Amino acid sequence: MDKPRVKVPKKVKKGEPFEVKALVSHKMESGQRKDEASGEKIPRMIINQFECSLDGEVVFSAKLYPAISANPYLSFYVVAEKSGELSFSWTDDSGDTATASSKFVVQ
Amino acid sequence: MHNALGDEFLLTRRRVLRYLLVGSGMVLPGMAFGNAADALIDAIVGERKAETGELKLTTPAIAENGNTVPITVEAGGPFQGDQYVKAIHIFAMDNPTPEVITFNFTPRAGLAKTSTRIRLAKTQQVVAVAELSDGRVWRTANEVKVTIGGCGG
Repeated sequence: MDKPRVKVPKKVKKGEPFEVKALVSHKMESGQRKDEASGEKIPRMIINQFECSLDGEVVFSAKLYPAISANPYLSFYVVAEKSGELSFSWTDDSGDTATASSKFVVQ
Repeated sequence: MHNALGDEFLLTRRRVLRYLLVGSGMVLPGMAFGNAADALIDAIVGERKAETGELKLTTPAIAENGNTVPITVEAGGPFQGDQYVKAIHIFAMDNPTPEVITFNFTPRAGLAKTSTRIRLAKTQQVVAVAELSDGRVWRTANEVKVTIGGCGG
């Protein structure tokens, strides 16, 4: 899991929901595929949890299953009354995590 | 008495139909008429009545590549005070694992609108179920035709 990328507007309007986009590189191995050479099932290895927090408090989260495409992409909304920082985290089946953060200013 | 007989007849007829289907190989023994996904949805909805409400699910009518099918789901408008959408669950009814994703919102999300990309093993129904803070549940579904299945990934 690497290259977490997030897109947060630099300036947002007070009390008006704004769109946030998040993407991370991960193969999202479904557990359904078979190794072509050995014929054995390739074990599941997916990102199963995503969280977005605003100044340390969870705003939006998602529980992911094997039906989410490789390099999972998520877009969602956040509303803020004051300037702050959004932090993002992805966790996979091995417990591996990736994080990212982005600040925004409320106008 | 007449009713009781009628019910019994219906049940019997359903059973016979099932045996016929099993016998003909159309249905595997042990496979319910419903789908495993239906049970998962029933577990969320419970005794509540699921209406379409203001739940909008946007999917392509035809997905050429089942490995990456864009979906967008939106429930209602901007949140008002403590009236908000708690969660939206997505199910792919004929995938090996029907659960696709559960989105959890808080009042600070402001709006329950979210997009992602999903895998569909074959042509099937994609179902969205939204749970509201006041206990209501909304449900909607779209059929997506899949040209090349995305089961293996």
